[in-house]
Amino acid sequence: MRIDGKGLIDRTQSIPFVFDGVGYSGYSGDTLASALLANGVRLMGRSFKYHRPRGVLTAGSEEPNALVTVGAGAAQEPNVRATMQEIYPGLDAHSQNRWPSLNFDVMGINDLAAPFLGAGFYYKTFMWPKSFWEKLYEPVIRRAAGLGALSGQDNPDKYESAYAFCDLLIIGAGPAGLMAALVAGRAGADVILADENSRVGGRLLAESYEVDGKPGPVWVDEVLAELASMDNVRIMTRTTVAGAYDQGTFAALERVLHHTDRRPNGAPLETYWRIVAKRSVLAAGALERPVAFRNNDRPGIMTAGAVRAYLNRWGVRPGRNVTIFGNTDDIHRTARDLLDAGVHVAAVIDSRHDAPLSDDYEVLRGAQVCGTAGRKGLEAITVRRASGEDRIHTDCLAMTGGWNPSVHLTCHMNGRPTWRREIEAFVPTPDAVPGMITAGACNGSFSTFACLHEGISAAESSLSELGLKAPKVAVPEAEDTPYVISQLWAVPGKGRAWLDFQNDVTVKDVKQAATENFRSVEHVKRYTTQGMATDQGKNSNVAALAVLADATGRGIPETGTTTFRPPYAPIAIAALGAGAEGAGFKPQRFTTSHKATAARKAPMIEAGLWYRPSYFPKDGETTWRQSCDREVNMVRQTVGVCDVSTLGKIDIQGPDAGAFLDFVYTNMFSTLKVGRTRYGLMLREDGFVMDDGTTARLGETHYLMTTTTAAAGEVMKHLEFVHQGLRPDLDVSFTSVTEQWAQFAVAGPKSRELLNDLLDTPIDDESWPFMACGPISVLGVQGRLFRISFSGEHAYEIAVPARYGASLFDILTKKAEALGGGLYGMEALNVLRIEKGFITHSEIHGRTTAYDIGMGRMVSQKKDCIGKTMSERPGLEEPGRERLVGLKPIGESRELLAGAHLYKEEAEPVRTNDQGYVTSVCYSPTLETMLGVGFLADGPDRYGEVVKMVDHLRGVTTLCEVVNPVFFDPEGGRVRG
Amino acid sequence: MRITCPYCGERDRREFYYRGAAVDLDRPAPDADEAAWDDFVYQRENPAGPTRELWYHEGGCGAWIVVTRNTMTHEMIDVQLASEAQE
Repeated sequence: MRIDGKGLIDRTQSIPFVFDGVGYSGYSGDTLASALLANGVRLMGRSFKYHRPRGVLTAGSEEPNALVTVGAGAAQEPNVRATMQEIYPGLDAHSQNRWPSLNFDVMGINDLAAPFLGAGFYYKTFMWPKSFWEKLYEPVIRRAAGLGALSGQDNPDKYESAYAFCDLLIIGAGPAGLMAALVAGRAGADVILADENSRVGGRLLAESYEVDGKPGPVWVDEVLAELASMDNVRIMTRTTVAGAYDQGTFAALERVLHHTDRRPNGAPLETYWRIVAKRSVLAAGALERPVAFRNNDRPGIMTAGAVRAYLNRWGVRPGRNVTIFGNTDDIHRTARDLLDAGVHVAAVIDSRHDAPLSDDYEVLRGAQVCGTAGRKGLEAITVRRASGEDRIHTDCLAMTGGWNPSVHLTCHMNGRPTWRREIEAFVPTPDAVPGMITAGACNGSFSTFACLHEGISAAESSLSELGLKAPKVAVPEAEDTPYVISQLWAVPGKGRAWLDFQNDVTVKDVKQAATENFRSVEHVKRYTTQGMATDQGKNSNVAALAVLADATGRGIPETGTTTFRPPYAPIAIAALGAGAEGAGFKPQRFTTSHKATAARKAPMIEAGLWYRPSYFPKDGETTWRQSCDREVNMVRQTVGVCDVSTLGKIDIQGPDAGAFLDFVYTNMFSTLKVGRTRYGLMLREDGFVMDDGTTARLGETHYLMTTTTAAAGEVMKHLEFVHQGLRPDLDVSFTSVTEQWAQFAVAGPKSRELLNDLLDTPIDDESWPFMACGPISVLGVQGRLFRISFSGEHAYEIAVPARYGASLFDILTKKAEALGGGLYGMEALNVLRIEKGFITHSEIHGRTTAYDIGMGRMVSQKKDCIGKTMSERPGLEEPGRERLVGLKPIGESRELLAGAHLYKEEAEPVRTNDQGYVTSVCYSPTLETMLGVGFLADGPDRYGEVVKMVDHLRGVTTLCEVVNPVFFDPEGGRVRG
Repeated sequence: MRITCPYCGERDRREFYYRGAAVDLDRPAPDADEAAWDDFVYQRENPAGPTRELWYHEGGCGAWIVVTRNTMTHEMIDVQLASEAQE
């Protein structure tokens, strides 16, 4: 049903596509909706709740009815608006929310049950028994009522996020937006012109207007050609500006490849843009409102603007015998366009008593459509006049209740629109979004001339604010018909008159909500579902508001609107999350020894973003414990090598570096000798422990701080804050050098023997005593050596620039193996430190003080430091505080579990008797028993006492002896040895 | 949201780490009374209107800055370096 010579489609390019398994063909330039209409297909979907047959209502992104699923399998895309989906060869679309087929839908039975399914039905009916809601009612209702579904498989399509910056963002490329772009472009401003359609022009593509003496589309093409020739203008079609945010930031979704099945390598399906604009012009146009009357939802009933769009832009004859109903002169324009195209107009029903008459078609003045017939497509309408009711046969009804300016974006920053009585519509409140000027139909100025004029003046104002000179541009000649409207929201009468097509909300539902005292528009929305789902009530909210205002005896402005929130049109989560999936969400950090570690098949564990080896399995070892026990014994008996590069390393330099460290650490560092290292404890200002680590003094004004792996970033921020915010008087600066140095622990009785094989100048106890540090030369490479130990053994950490890390790691591994030692991983490292009672973030977990971990005396009394004052609060030192202890199993059960709680031996293991908890446990191959550390009320005063460990979750009870947490070598002889 | 770093210029807020109220700059003397320390560590206003808060240009130059913004309108009123903002 195409009309020869009409439309902006390319009839030389026939495009085959499939809808619900049936092959059709359309032309280049068609949407799925226009192509289906051209093929005589009116039934395109089933409604959400009642499964009523539905056709296309609109020709734009606000479409509530014609939602389809495109494609099948992993990449299938549900809830695609047929009005936005361009056709391409091989397009495979399916209708939704019907079973077994669109034509015969079993759930259509809901429609017969409609009297029972009104507003609030679910809330009222499925109240009892309570447990049935989650298990039975909700799943059943969800299956019966719904939209399209995702495949449940991983989506193979690529999505991207991108940033753009400009002087002026123009939203909408209709007459107002095009004029604004032309003026700003000629002024040399950096302009982005975005439009959600596949081509620019807006309503000029859908109307039969002339601009500047030329057909609208011809004028559009001329402007487009000039804009395209300007380097300072970017034209973004298929791009919906979906949200307005603070300081000129906008969200926009570009549908990059939805119009084709080609997926060129690397090209995304959609791109989520963040556009930062110094100024913006909103020229988003307006959306037409349907009229509510009985059975106004049959396929074949469309908005009048949609009928003109299908006719003028796509050359589609919307029906053989068209009727037109409404309350503005638009209906007469629709009639003239149809007659000019040779389409029969059966009647024009104008609700206005003073409606203009015509010689070319019949005008029924002061009349209203009050009913329709035709189950799967419109067959007839009933018209009510003072004289009575008449039935008119028709297969297409074009209706209009007026236009709603697209004010949405002006409300995204808490703005509220203003009601304008003379056009019966909400318009933007000026300055609702800083830097944004509205122009054209979105401003309530509906004539083409007004749109062109406001586009120019919006650009002029924006340019002047940008400090640019606007060129003189005359307003092109165009129609300037006044917009005359009379109120027409809902035609009175029995039966169901639809307001919100997508959610099946009727006039009766809104009135019922008002009767039940849901008077606030926000309550009515939630009670009736008016304005929810993919279209967000774009063509129904205002009419629903009018019905509510009427039912509650208030005016529309007093009733107010619901809140417009971003996004303006649906955005796939995949687009919002583009770039933040997988490693994009959580980047991976690898050490220089990663490849060698992976080659040894070490299972990796994550430490923050870092990957570290758990253990290094040897042939014949079947459990991690076997590997771990061997590695622990190896370190205690010979020598082990472990990559410790992941610990945070912060280079601190400046004349006041020592004074600064005294302020951030509880203990003294200004007194530390050059060439020595000291363990330091850092508090938060509330007195609890933040982090610990060693800091080496490399020179008079040069320190190197080590942080735990997990807290490296936090500590860096903290140091910068303390310096810049609290002590800017101190001359000191910081740089993170974590990535710049590869650092390896070499631990065990044979550690020095190993190192002396590599160091260019051998070391001994005198030159490198415990806690010594300094520069060394290793195989000709300048590095650093620290005699520090996290294992309690004679140990070192050797650091070289990261580029030598992989090489040194290989050499250290080979040398260690030659001495009967080898590599050890995190499991062994953990056992070694528990045996020595060293703490990690399992113990300094944010709720423990220096006193709690047995380091109260490390808070120096000679100076102030971060956290000192608050750490001295009486409550933090009072008897009964849970403090660090060691735990050894005695009795039958030998099992200790981290997370388990501690009770007195004879006490019932309930919360009120809780005495503490276990933070770390291990099996110690050295002491051949499980060991635990944890916190116990007055713990250090209770050594020798027996307590009961209970893990309620895993059902384990173990009697433990409370001991000093330093289980192994308490005198520390080995570390100095 | 855009924040103007005194060193780097206007940047997306995602480059910044948020800390909280600029009260953190007003550290009492070590021997100040309990109330002063309680206010400093724990007590925070929740203003409807202008508020001073600390941000860190973590994805940029590493400057700690004091941003004054209006919580009602989201207007950015003022930005200064924390090192120059102590009262």
